[in-house]
Amino acid sequence: MLFAADIDTGATAWVLISIGLVAFMTPGLAFFYGGMVRSKNILGMLMQNIFAMGLISVLWAVVGFSLAFGGTGKYIGNFDFAFMKDLSTIAELPGYTGDFGLVIPIMAFFAFQMMFAVITPALITGATADRLKFSAYAILIGVWAVIVYPTVAHWVFSPNGWLFQLGALDFAGGAVIHVNAGVAALAIVLVLGNRKGWPREAMPPHNLPFTVLGTGILWFGWFGFNAGSALAANGLAAQALVNTHLAAAAAMCGWLVVEKLKAGHATTLGAASGAVAGLVAITPCAGFVGGMSPIIIGLIAGVVCYLALGLKTKFGFDDSLDVIAVHLVGGILGAILLGFFADVKVNSLGFDGVFFGGGTELLQDQLVALGATIVFSFVITWVVAKVLDATIGLRVSAEDELVGLDQSQHAESAYQ
Amino acid sequence: MKLITAIIKPFKVDDVKEALKAAGVQGMTVSEVRGFGRQGGHTETYRGSEYQIDFVPKAKMELVVDDSNVDQVIDVIVKAANTGKIGDGKVWVTNAEQIIRIRTGEHGADAI
Repeated sequence: MLFAADIDTGATAWVLISIGLVAFMTPGLAFFYGGMVRSKNILGMLMQNIFAMGLISVLWAVVGFSLAFGGTGKYIGNFDFAFMKDLSTIAELPGYTGDFGLVIPIMAFFAFQMMFAVITPALITGATADRLKFSAYAILIGVWAVIVYPTVAHWVFSPNGWLFQLGALDFAGGAVIHVNAGVAALAIVLVLGNRKGWPREAMPPHNLPFTVLGTGILWFGWFGFNAGSALAANGLAAQALVNTHLAAAAAMCGWLVVEKLKAGHATTLGAASGAVAGLVAITPCAGFVGGMSPIIIGLIAGVVCYLALGLKTKFGFDDSLDVIAVHLVGGILGAILLGFFADVKVNSLGFDGVFFGGGTELLQDQLVALGATIVFSFVITWVVAKVLDATIGLRVSAEDELVGLDQSQHAESAYQ
Repeated sequence: MKLITAIIKPFKVDDVKEALKAAGVQGMTVSEVRGFGRQGGHTETYRGSEYQIDFVPKAKMELVVDDSNVDQVIDVIVKAANTGKIGDGKVWVTNAEQIIRIRTGEHGADAI
């Protein structure tokens, strides 16, 4: 165990709570997405999301954490912590020394990171809604959770990782979670194909109350996602929490204004989506910016992500629930804006962005990190998707798609 | 005996029910349906995409009446369900060949 003198009990208590907050986000996401699909597919969506809690948690314990945070390699971890070996007795993680030393038990860090690993592949389910075979989904995220996620997490989060050492900043996982999942979703959608009837046929959300409830849960959990990433109970955590909330708030306003002007109505789905876009964009920035920056970042995210909704119609790919517009675009936007708004006075372990006298160095590092994440995640995911499609097939049969996932994949119906 | 079917606006169900009860009608069935006539549908917007929704929510009321009451009941329904705006609905009459009260086994007019 970390010796009593080294553990900050306040930090540990806060991180333990954050573990619960982030864990809650996966069922929150399940309902956020679930409300947006047609009623014949809601269980399919809910199942994919909660199943991630099952499969990914186990894989993380067995090998994921070790690949992400074991050893001192620049490009990948190792198997030192496979099967959670030593995690309850080790005093510190390799590379987490000096300024980056952890003041919480390693077990708590392991569990906190686990919840991120769980929700990241779950994000993909929004793009592939209504047509992905459950068995293919299970294998796909299982492979992804071992090959892709831990690698990117290692590059960006671990002090040993090459992108971390390059100087790229990502407080809570804008690149590791949102850009990573967003671009993976794009790769899979390109292999999977569009829903039958898209875009001619109307497929409106069947239960927006679920979507709004899911948004509330996500917003609530995001306090753990971002402020918990301070790994301390201090002013930085408070700043990250405030940034998170204000970015969500401002993004909602920005989205609603653009929506009202362009589509004629401010909608509940718009308010929910806008808030999420802001939460995504602030994720990399949360512990590195201050003052009015989160509001500006949120406003920009709300507007830009709304405009990004048109990408799928323009390029003809059926990203059913706009994962690319919100998570990929939002994550890229957040990482880039961080290159402008980062302020060392907020976090001395960060760097100054363009607007705070740091020049363009951070911005350049952010672009490298984005490029590396996008290329790696897209290529590997696309290959895995292609292999799965060629072997067991990714997509449900035409008839199963018409009948719905609930019946065809799970022999269940949600609403009697 | 006749089956009277009325498709009306959902918020008119209570008004029609009360009017029918006041006129002496003792039973009816209501179901939630979707439909359109000349009203056509409406548009809804989800994340910037507009959808044309053809079917509009309606309520369907069904009641079996004696032949001699048909005209009066139709009159009551039409008056109570009318708003003067498009989409008020329709009433039609079909023949009810047999009616049986399940509890007692009564047939025909006694079962109404």
